[in-house]
Amino acid sequence: MLPLEGFGPLLPEHLSEIIAGIVLFLICWLVIQKKVVPAFEATYEERAAAIQGGMEKAEKAQAEAAAALEEYKEQLATAREEAARIREEAKAQGATIVAEMRQQAQDESARLLNNAKTQIEAERAQAISQLRTEVGGLATTLAGRIVGESLDDDERARRTVDRFIESLEREPVERA
Amino acid sequence: MGGLASRLIPLEGEGDHSGWPPSAESFNSRPLFPDLGPQFSWLNNHLTQAVIAAIIVIAFWLWMARRQTVVPSRKQFLGEQFYNLIRNTIARDALGHDYRRFLPYLIALFTFIWINNLFGQFFLFMFPTFSKIGYAYGLALLTWLLYNGAGIAKWGFGTYMRKMTLPEGVPKALWALIIPLEFLSNFIVRPFTLALRLFANMFAGHLVVMVFVIGSTMLLAMTEPANGFPVALLKTAGGIGIVFSFAIFALELLVGAIQAYIFTVLTAQYVASSIAESH
Repeated sequence: MLPLEGFGPLLPEHLSEIIAGIVLFLICWLVIQKKVVPAFEATYEERAAAIQGGMEKAEKAQAEAAAALEEYKEQLATAREEAARIREEAKAQGATIVAEMRQQAQDESARLLNNAKTQIEAERAQAISQLRTEVGGLATTLAGRIVGESLDDDERARRTVDRFIESLEREPVERA
Repeated sequence: MGGLASRLIPLEGEGDHSGWPPSAESFNSRPLFPDLGPQFSWLNNHLTQAVIAAIIVIAFWLWMARRQTVVPSRKQFLGEQFYNLIRNTIARDALGHDYRRFLPYLIALFTFIWINNLFGQFFLFMFPTFSKIGYAYGLALLTWLLYNGAGIAKWGFGTYMRKMTLPEGVPKALWALIIPLEFLSNFIVRPFTLALRLFANMFAGHLVVMVFVIGSTMLLAMTEPANGFPVALLKTAGGIGIVFSFAIFALELLVGAIQAYIFTVLTAQYVASSIAESH
């Protein structure tokens, strides 16, 4: 039937086998070319895009988180500084207040002391002058009685009393 | 069983050409409609199984390509593993960034050959389609057209022929030797080796399977001593033969997959060599 007898199974039994093989394979090829490979490749592209998008998103989120952290740190540092400054100020203010108070107290005590001294001085002077007058009168009366001499001459009497008192004043000093 | 069905399923050891010992005649096709005469002998059981193989290939890939999602389901994951085997380890490795254009061809090639080889062990037929050499010639011819077509489309006929017959750096003295050799190697030997490798593996494998299965069955069926061997020994040998046939089947499963892989890899390699920048 076929030429080249003697090749045995190396010759196709039917030439139709070659045609059938080619046609059937071409149909498979066509379907896979038109439908299968595009579907697979589209899925792969979509997946790659999805993964890339996800990665970008994650990176962005990370960057945002880092920025927020930086900001918080900065804020914290500022707050600490502020607190330290306020503390220092308070300390300084406290010291000033204490000093002022002390000064005021000192001034006040000095003033009171002064007042007291002045008052004492005044009272003493008053007492002295009063005493002098009274003592003078008494002494004059007493002396007049003792001596009998009229000491009506005021001018003379007063001078005598003064002299006496002066001598009295001098005496305790000299005695001491 | 009678009629069409009996002509489709395997009937090893029976029928017109089969018998003992198995031979090339055992591979002859059975016409589906013998009453119509020899002009319809092409409508035979092997054509039927080739058609079914093509339908399985198309159905499988269409099923895998259906309703794909970014996050793959288990089915899609399986499909992608298979797809990636051809896409990444065969097409991309051999063809580089050009692989997309040839990917459908390679996928169709691998799957079509593999399914047909699996028919040697499965799906009722028990016959690898490519042990009929016509089918192997058909695919080899297509591959030949593909790699030459791709080369000519890229370089133009003259440049392509020069690239394929004259490797760079060959001294002029050797041209007379190299040009015919390269021509022979690249245009004649390639398609024939491609077809013969696939055919011979499938043919030989199926022949061995037949020897084991039919021979063992015959031994088991022995009822009287033959050639001086007692019946018990013959039956034991038959039992062992059946057990061994399972090992042969396992080997044939492996060979079928390997041959499909090799055919596809070589096709990718040939295409790569014809479109490569420097030969």
